[in-house]
Amino acid sequence: MSEVNLFSKQTKRTRPTPSQRVDIPRRDFVQEKNDRLGIVETNYFHFAVSPDEITLESGEKLGPVTVAYETYGQLNDRRSNAILILHALSGDAHAAGFHKGDEKPGWWDDMIGPGKAFDTDKYFVICSNVLGGCRGTTGPSSVNPRTGKPYGLDFPIISIPDMVNVQKRLIDHLGIDRLLSVAGGSMGGMQALEWLTAHPGRLNSGIVIATATKHSPQQIAFHEVGRQAIMADPLWKDGHYYGGHSPAKGLAVARMIGHITYMSEVSMAEKFGRRLSNNGKPRKFSVDFEVEEYLHNRGDHFVKRFDANSYLYITRAIDSFDASKGKNLHEVFNETKAKVLVLAFKSDWLYPASQSKEIVKACKWAGIDTTYCEIDSTYGHDAFLLEVEEETHLVKHFLQRVMLGNGVTGENRITEYAI
Amino acid sequence: MQSNPSLDHKAILEWIHQGSSVLDLGCGDGELLDLLVKERHVKAQGIEIDEQAIYQCVAKGLSVFHEDIDRGLSDYADQSFDYVILNQSFQQVKSADLVLKEALRVGREVIVGFPNFAHYRARLQIFFRGKTPVTPSLPYEWHDTPNLHFLSISDFIEYCRRRNIKLEKAAFVGRRRRIKIFPNLFALTGIFLISNGETHTID
Repeated sequence: MSEVNLFSKQTKRTRPTPSQRVDIPRRDFVQEKNDRLGIVETNYFHFAVSPDEITLESGEKLGPVTVAYETYGQLNDRRSNAILILHALSGDAHAAGFHKGDEKPGWWDDMIGPGKAFDTDKYFVICSNVLGGCRGTTGPSSVNPRTGKPYGLDFPIISIPDMVNVQKRLIDHLGIDRLLSVAGGSMGGMQALEWLTAHPGRLNSGIVIATATKHSPQQIAFHEVGRQAIMADPLWKDGHYYGGHSPAKGLAVARMIGHITYMSEVSMAEKFGRRLSNNGKPRKFSVDFEVEEYLHNRGDHFVKRFDANSYLYITRAIDSFDASKGKNLHEVFNETKAKVLVLAFKSDWLYPASQSKEIVKACKWAGIDTTYCEIDSTYGHDAFLLEVEEETHLVKHFLQRVMLGNGVTGENRITEYAI
Repeated sequence: MQSNPSLDHKAILEWIHQGSSVLDLGCGDGELLDLLVKERHVKAQGIEIDEQAIYQCVAKGLSVFHEDIDRGLSDYADQSFDYVILNQSFQQVKSADLVLKEALRVGREVIVGFPNFAHYRARLQIFFRGKTPVTPSLPYEWHDTPNLHFLSISDFIEYCRRRNIKLEKAAFVGRRRRIKIFPNLFALTGIFLISNGETHTID
């Protein structure tokens, strides 16, 4: 490659010309731009019906379990082109495409679709809502079969390994023996690490973005303030608020704190400066600054789609996660033969690059074929959803290599899975 | 940056065994590693500090770490690689002593390639013009150079002798051909294959 400005050309590469596209007839069907997936639907997988409940890491049993998931692209005949996308704290199964009537696409639509990083012309992409969530998968807002009412705090404590176990059941159900890759950022990255270390025989590669092997005290502290905001809301009622008003104020505050940690000082200064908001209500301590208005909007928007108890359970699962399982981190990687791509972002202070480097260090000790890039970005932790061009370039070529088995280490193993 | 990339890359290619493992410190855009993967089917790993270069490596299908080689080697066990390469990066590291010591620990053999500061053109520029030399292998002005160490081929040979580093092979590269006589005067680039040991095979 000799071009100096890599990305002026790269932008063009992400939008394939008609001749590059495999399924030309589909362009008539898809009314959107031809790099879009069009209308997608959520599917549901039900399992763990009594007496076959799943056993959680805590030892408690849980069942029945419903998993909400979406798939994009086609599974090939050899069932070897499946990629599992793993969402972050507030994400869901709707990663790409549009739900009927929606104006906004799924949360990682920039990365998933025909010709995109996770190219649905080549790969079969799966994304499911995590256990404990509130977007179709069983969680604290689901009905407890023993009482006929929502679980609330009767829902058992869940962990990242529990979420991954449920995903593994879904993959089994879809008849996929081995995933081409798992990929996720933030909490999704933790799940990717869990996949890599706990189920190394089930995947060929992992893409681990802006995450940590375990939360630092600082990260736990921010989560705890969010949880306390929810629990301090009088409407929370020890988690039994279903059927009445939800603790929206508390959850909104938790989300506001989250958003502060997802941005950087620079990105906030660029986005808001000290500009005043025009809300027309000159009261004392009204929303004066644009940054305040933004946080309030994010909070208000969030409470419409997220359950406060799910926020408690999922943040607890993230805080408790430790990929090393009390050992040296490289020891848990010893069984892993997969190729790994680790990405961090320069201005991400919530999941700083030093935490990604810990993962890279363990990969080095374990002799894992690893690529690491610290992408120059001012967006803070949000960068993993926003730095699309850089991520696309890295992910696309990484996946191509996993597919084709470039390089001697993976050659014998990977060609077996190439289509 | 290099006098003739294909010539020094060719020299390195000749020394690398089929199917060996290679760690390239300061691998740049991955051109050398790519050549070694294609011609020698090596298990390749690069380390590079420049982000744009990382993107180019990944586009070539290489595994690469985005980090500083001054700090990047302590995570590797002894003799993790058959070869550790420091081609045109040795003169740019902060602590050359430490990096070379670490390279010799992590690799069974180490390949070091660097611009020769004692090339006759550099000597003439200093002597007659009294100016910091600019040559095909040292193309930077004094105020704009990534190089931190300025060494000659003779410097490196003496350095290895004093530290009991075994000089196994050497290749000297000029503008268009290999240099056989008076390399310290006529070679733009010196490339050495070295290992930990007591004896010297090159005079």
